[in-house]
Amino acid sequence: MTRIKLLLGDEALAEGALQAGIGGVYAYPGTPSTEITEYIQHAAKTGGEKLHCTWSSNEKTAMEAALGMSYAGCRSLVCMKHVGMNVAADAFVNAAMTGVNGGLVVVAADDPSMHSSQNEQDSRFYGKFAMIPTLEPSTQQEAYEMIQYAFELSEEEHLPVLLRLTTRLAHSRAAVAVRAERAEIRRREVADDPRSWVLLPANARRKNQALTARQPHLERRAGETSFLRELVPERGNGKGIVACGTGYNYVMENRALEEGYRILKISQYPVPAEKVRVFASRCRELLVVEDGQPFLEEQLRAILGGDYPLKGRLTADLPRTGELNPDHVATALGHEKAPARKVPEGVVPRPPALCQGCGHRDVYIALNRVLADYPAARVFADIGCYTLGALPPFCAIDSCVDMGASITMAKGAADAGLRPAVAVIGDSTFTHSGMTGLLDAVNDRSNITVVISDNLTTAMTGGQDSAGTNKFEAICLALGVEKEHVRVVVPVPKNMEQITRTIREEIEYEGVSVIIPRRECMQTLARKKRVEQSKRNEEATK
Amino acid sequence: MKKDIILSGVGGQGILSIATIIGDAATRAGLHLKQAEVHGMSQRGGEVESCLRLSDTEIFSDLVQQGCADMILSMEPMEALRYLPFLHEGGYVVTSSSPFRNIDPYPEVQVLDALGALDRVIDLDLDRITREHAIPKSANVVLLGAAASRIGILSPEQIEEGIRNIFAPKGAQVVEMNLKAFEIGREYGRQ
Repeated sequence: MTRIKLLLGDEALAEGALQAGIGGVYAYPGTPSTEITEYIQHAAKTGGEKLHCTWSSNEKTAMEAALGMSYAGCRSLVCMKHVGMNVAADAFVNAAMTGVNGGLVVVAADDPSMHSSQNEQDSRFYGKFAMIPTLEPSTQQEAYEMIQYAFELSEEEHLPVLLRLTTRLAHSRAAVAVRAERAEIRRREVADDPRSWVLLPANARRKNQALTARQPHLERRAGETSFLRELVPERGNGKGIVACGTGYNYVMENRALEEGYRILKISQYPVPAEKVRVFASRCRELLVVEDGQPFLEEQLRAILGGDYPLKGRLTADLPRTGELNPDHVATALGHEKAPARKVPEGVVPRPPALCQGCGHRDVYIALNRVLADYPAARVFADIGCYTLGALPPFCAIDSCVDMGASITMAKGAADAGLRPAVAVIGDSTFTHSGMTGLLDAVNDRSNITVVISDNLTTAMTGGQDSAGTNKFEAICLALGVEKEHVRVVVPVPKNMEQITRTIREEIEYEGVSVIIPRRECMQTLARKKRVEQSKRNEEATK
Repeated sequence: MKKDIILSGVGGQGILSIATIIGDAATRAGLHLKQAEVHGMSQRGGEVESCLRLSDTEIFSDLVQQGCADMILSMEPMEALRYLPFLHEGGYVVTSSSPFRNIDPYPEVQVLDALGALDRVIDLDLDRITREHAIPKSANVVLLGAAASRIGILSPEQIEEGIRNIFAPKGAQVVEMNLKAFEIGREYGRQ
């Protein structure tokens, strides 16, 4: 029995993973991937499934735990945003060396146009780098079906499989036909093969040979998958389009098939070279439509040779950077555009801002007040809501690079003599990637002041549990920060005098100090109140 | 038949709830639907936009093309104007005329002039309406009510059913309040 559910791409994928009988999901929140894990958490809460679904401290711990689950014989899912792949990369690439036991699928959600990210790296390169099968759905229904196929593929090939989403699919809703019954958790025997799992050079060399030799086979499989589609027009115009992911949707939206284009939809990598060669031989030119970096286009150029007329992002027929949209594809197809009005004068951008009443606001007000007396000061910030401290009225931070870089960059700058060097990091980001950097600073007695702005949640992504809640003082002390230089304050306006005094004292201290302003996030607080209110309403109705 | 709607507003104003209601109604009506949402950073008081596409045939793109939207449904006047390039020549703007002033200076005169210059526009002073009727949390449903008769591919009655379904888990009181808001909105839509 199937039923229709209105699902985000993320949710469709999560539903499919449940159907595949996963034993667990491992993830760190990150837009646009967060809703996958949240959906599974919700299902586990209401459906009584005994699967693992709590948040991991970061993407690397998630990837490794999933590999352990696979070793023990269960199917496991790992989800992250694209930049999380950088954090997980060590485990990810080496998992291709060990191979898997229970199916293991890594979902990377890319963010072209950087709606909520600091770069637009394309995760498909990671799949190629690790030499593993990579899948790319175009629709919500495909996301649902493809994740189930991904687990089968993973077990058949004894390899992890990468599934790549983009923001547009992850965060767009459509009706998806899903099986009504949930699957049981699948189990196989525990792995018992140290020659595969102990990556000593002798073993790793053998595994590397085997994986490399397997590439033509994986390529053939990519050409045989039922998700690959070749569409032949009734009356051809001699031209072809190779499309993948949401790019395929924009091609179809623009009625390219009706216009006479031959269309090849690629949904699995490594690029099925033979398939592409034959397709190209039937066309006199090709347009490559892909969202993200020109991953496919570069490879088609190599497969087809320098003389073959190939258009895409590298030839400026489509924009070189940024998220693709149907208008770009219309332009590339030479369509005349519908007349469009202009945005009236006076309409100005409305950037996001820290919520009214947010504790980060008080932190920045205090920091700005104190640092006004230290013109040489620099504030190295991090990834989270508090990155918005870069914008007016605060203009309080000087850098934001990657998860955890606040503490380590402040340390490096202090090593070079910069003073005062201040780091601002959130609670969840600190346990994600800040702790090891703090240990470096302690070991070197670096002259830095670290502000761990603790709002008791992972706020930016919508209020997920934060791994270090109630543990921050203990963590800092255990890493070796001196007791008298671990200071906790409550960031509310009436405490401003005490907060500024604390910051000033710790900046004056020569060594590592940590200030923890702690107050609950306004969003999670409001949500709690809403939940309580609706409970009261419910009881009143009864 | 196909309807492309741009929903817009400021993060936190409830445009996704409008999409959820229409989505419920559309699914029950057996229509194809695609709805691209905005999550993440822009939800913190920034500009937010959602493409909502309804059709009785297959929909491919999650995004609406420029000059192709049938309606802009906006919780904020400047946010309605921001997406005008997406509206086709005969398209409607249904918007709140109450500015959300979280930027300084807010170009109020220019915004309201530009809104007044549009030929097919329904603008509602949602701040005043929700205050007068004591329904502060249902501004988005008032707006949906004002647009209901012009969505076309769904009837107002089907949308009303969507409201019942979506708010049911929050209790009978919340359902009633939103049905009232919808009816008030429909009244403005008729004028």
